[in-house]
Amino acid sequence: MLGFSRPQFIAFVVMVALIIVGPFVFYPVFLMRVLCAGLFACAFNLMLGFVGLLSFGHAAFFGMGSYITAWTMKTWHLDAFFAIGLGGLTGAVLGLCLGYLAIKRSGIYFAMITLALAQLVYFVCLEAPFTGGEDGIQQVPRGYLFGFIDLSNDMTMYWVVAVVFLGGFLMIHRIIHSPFGQVLKGIRENEPRATSLGYRTDDYKLIAFVLSCGLSGLAGGTKALVFGIATLTDVNYPTSGEVVLTTLLGGLGTVFGPAMGALIVTAMEQYLAQAGAWVTVIQGAIFMVCVLAFRRGVIGEIANWRKLTL
Amino acid sequence: MGGILGYSFTFFGTTITVSALLGQATLGLINGSFYACLSLGLAVIFGMLNIINFAHGALFMMGAFVSWMLLTYLGIGYFPSLILAPLIVGAFGVVLEKTIISRLYKLDHLYGLLLTFGLALVIEGLFRNGYGSSGLPYRIPEVLTGATNLGYMYMPNYRGWVVLCAAFVCFSTWAIIEKTSLGATLRAATENAPLVQAFGVNVPRLVTLTYGAGIALAAFAGVLAAPIYSVNPNMGSNFINTVFAVVVIGGMGSILGSIITGFGLGVIEGMTKVFYPQASATVVFVVMIIVLLTRPRGLFGKAA
Amino acid sequence: MNLTRRTLLTTAAAAPGFVRSVRAQATPTLKIGCLTDMSGPYKDLAGPGAVAALNLALADYGVSGKGMKVEVLAADHLNKPDVGATVARQWFDRDGVDLIVEVANSGVALAVAGVAKEKNKVYLNSGAATSDLTGSACNANTIHWVYDTYMLAKSTGGAMVKTGGDSWFFITADYAFGKALQRDTTEFVQGAGGKVVGSVAYPFPATSDFSSYLLQAQASGAKVLGIANAGADTINTIKQAKEFGIKLRLAGLLLFLTDIHSLGLDIAQGIVLTDSFYWDMNDRTRAFSNRYSPNMNGARPTMVQAGVYSSTLHYLKTATAMGVDKVKLDGAATVAAMKQMSTDDDCFGPGAIRADGRKLHPAFLWEVKKPAESKGPWDYYKLLATTSADQAFRPIDKGGCPLVKS
Repeated sequence: MLGFSRPQFIAFVVMVALIIVGPFVFYPVFLMRVLCAGLFACAFNLMLGFVGLLSFGHAAFFGMGSYITAWTMKTWHLDAFFAIGLGGLTGAVLGLCLGYLAIKRSGIYFAMITLALAQLVYFVCLEAPFTGGEDGIQQVPRGYLFGFIDLSNDMTMYWVVAVVFLGGFLMIHRIIHSPFGQVLKGIRENEPRATSLGYRTDDYKLIAFVLSCGLSGLAGGTKALVFGIATLTDVNYPTSGEVVLTTLLGGLGTVFGPAMGALIVTAMEQYLAQAGAWVTVIQGAIFMVCVLAFRRGVIGEIANWRKLTL
Repeated sequence: MGGILGYSFTFFGTTITVSALLGQATLGLINGSFYACLSLGLAVIFGMLNIINFAHGALFMMGAFVSWMLLTYLGIGYFPSLILAPLIVGAFGVVLEKTIISRLYKLDHLYGLLLTFGLALVIEGLFRNGYGSSGLPYRIPEVLTGATNLGYMYMPNYRGWVVLCAAFVCFSTWAIIEKTSLGATLRAATENAPLVQAFGVNVPRLVTLTYGAGIALAAFAGVLAAPIYSVNPNMGSNFINTVFAVVVIGGMGSILGSIITGFGLGVIEGMTKVFYPQASATVVFVVMIIVLLTRPRGLFGKAA
Repeated sequence: MNLTRRTLLTTAAAAPGFVRSVRAQATPTLKIGCLTDMSGPYKDLAGPGAVAALNLALADYGVSGKGMKVEVLAADHLNKPDVGATVARQWFDRDGVDLIVEVANSGVALAVAGVAKEKNKVYLNSGAATSDLTGSACNANTIHWVYDTYMLAKSTGGAMVKTGGDSWFFITADYAFGKALQRDTTEFVQGAGGKVVGSVAYPFPATSDFSSYLLQAQASGAKVLGIANAGADTINTIKQAKEFGIKLRLAGLLLFLTDIHSLGLDIAQGIVLTDSFYWDMNDRTRAFSNRYSPNMNGARPTMVQAGVYSSTLHYLKTATAMGVDKVKLDGAATVAAMKQMSTDDDCFGPGAIRADGRKLHPAFLWEVKKPAESKGPWDYYKLLATTSADQAFRPIDKGGCPLVKS
């Protein structure tokens, strides 16, 4: 059903149920943060888990999407639909430009190029007047969706974010299970063989990269509307590092892993913000534990234990 | 000499005299010493162990802190610390290698990167908790204070000492690795560990000691840095991105590449500070992108 | 109905802290949140010390004696506006917090001001520098307590020119705070008849070596070096200035007592800075500091921590006058009442709050003592000049604050 295998479909239904019930039990703004982080992680996983390329600069696309949505919303009072859409489009276009340069390399070199390019984007964001520098773009109004849905209500905004997340999630799912996705998997397994079969692997990788970046931009734009701010934190390299941690913790290469990772990491940050300076230490410790003993991530371990693919 | 030094020219909207330019280049060389020392440790670890040691910045910071601790708690001064701190932190590195790092050798590069990234977060977080972020004072040793007139600038003696020290350590390390039999054994062990082990060499111990040595290099740079920069838990993260870029540009396994690129990039960064200072932290990445796109193995890297 | 309540209870048991809780209160409890930097560059000048100052204010006011219940929360904003805004939002929405104090970091401060206005609560800022908090970003729920970029610029800038420092070179952190500081100081330097010979903006926060910029400053021939940065950057700049034997007079545009403590007097001596509070100023401040220091291992309070004390005290006085119920209900009304009452406390002495949310008190120009002049740890400053309260801050009509009706 919907292209999911049976266990995956069950997991999907559980996830949707949690999303529907969630805001009545938990604080909606917290959940919206989870969903945005989840979409970002899913988009990132598309590159790392399915194409096999680690990008250490994904925050650039998330952050630029965030900035563009925030700026257009504040300056032109666009409909939320267009503002968020522009965020996604920005991510995609930026992904095309940077990806064109980065795709030529692979492995650690790809990671280093993406890191370097993201640092350049950070520098541009720091200097460009429209981003507001250290202060960021603040007091962004949530505005209206389709002209009549008022988003200033937290619950209404939540449903919109949930729809965006599920839409992105399903889109990634479709990409993975399409013929295009099969080629990507083939490239990940054995690129020379794919090339010998006649596939222009660089083009496939680039398209996947652009899609991943576009969805990251979408996640960033949505986040900007939820919180009403876009700051340098969104484009800096700890954010890039955090999405790697999120995906790893949830489960690399699994469908539901990134979302689960987002839930855990966001919850940890929220809860531990009150504990002050230990957040970094605990994050680092979790990173280390994950790599040493827990490489499959939460969903991966569950899947392995039940011999499923999730 | 005086005539040339006074000549001034304009570039990118900034007017500068030749003497000032030389001064900035010299400063760049000084910074380059830190880059060279740090990237050398990284290159050694990557070349020999295939681990991308993201914790290098944190261990550099530990070197500075240990020398501060030696002074504050034990009254041990700067010069003994130059030897002691690297030994102590290097020993810590050996422990790390035995317990944690060695589990990663069979895995993809990615995991080494992530593990050491997490390690860096833990180390820096713990020090931040313990010592705050304002930084701790550490004095330049008496005998190295004062400045020398180089003709075009007054160079603080301590900074000159840093350049000499770093150059000496870097080139000695290079010499050991490339020119001695110990170095040859190390290089052989990287190529084909089982074969070297079959010759009776204790390869795991060699690997452990190599990691410790790489860490000791970082800690040594930390001791050098302590009198000049504020000894604070964030000092490593200011350097680590640049140092990584240096290693990549120089060629990820190349010792000589890291040394030369380290000094060179220090000078380039110094020049940027004169003409377009806002970009001085970013120029390294521009160079890195250019190199990665045109010569991915790095300037001195061996073709794999 | 049953199912929902059961779900609520089981999830409440399983996930403490995320659930929206609805508790019936017998005696209304005032909740005060201290949102500060617990782990970053501002930890020592604010951080746990700010929380200690907050608790000291409660104790000094005698809350229990007056039959008030006050609960204190603390959180780390990690110097990120989004984290700060989220914590503020949650505190106001979910945890029933009525007042947020501190917030050292201009970006976070602006974000929190917006949230406070949205939720109609009270926000008393002590640590941020940006004068926009009482300018373009002012609102009816916010008071800016201790200092701002204008005050620093006028005091240090104007005063240095009067004492012969009439040509300046700036080393500026390349972000909004640094640029604002340079901009405001330039205005005063030029207004007092001096000139700005040059400046350099360096990448923040990625820089630890200032030698290149210091040499440029030296080459410029200026008499004064305007250091437009804060925290670890300032410490590095000053250390390296000494190392290179830079001849310029150092004007630390934003320096705190804890920075001097970290530098040591042999390096910091002679530096000129502006603080609106120093623990050894007068008998009242000394008394306050002696109450504060035992809680903080002998450390003396900075002006930010003093500001938390002072602002909390004034809030409590207002709450007693208005009644806790009314205070909890309407933040803007509380702030309006606070503006009506004049302030008085051991830290800043008598003062007042303007319509745009600017707390008024004198600004003091200090010089760091030579090691021989100091009688012990924390004895670091000597007074050079005072700017009176009515002169120290930007005139109310110049800020562009929408609250000010011209």
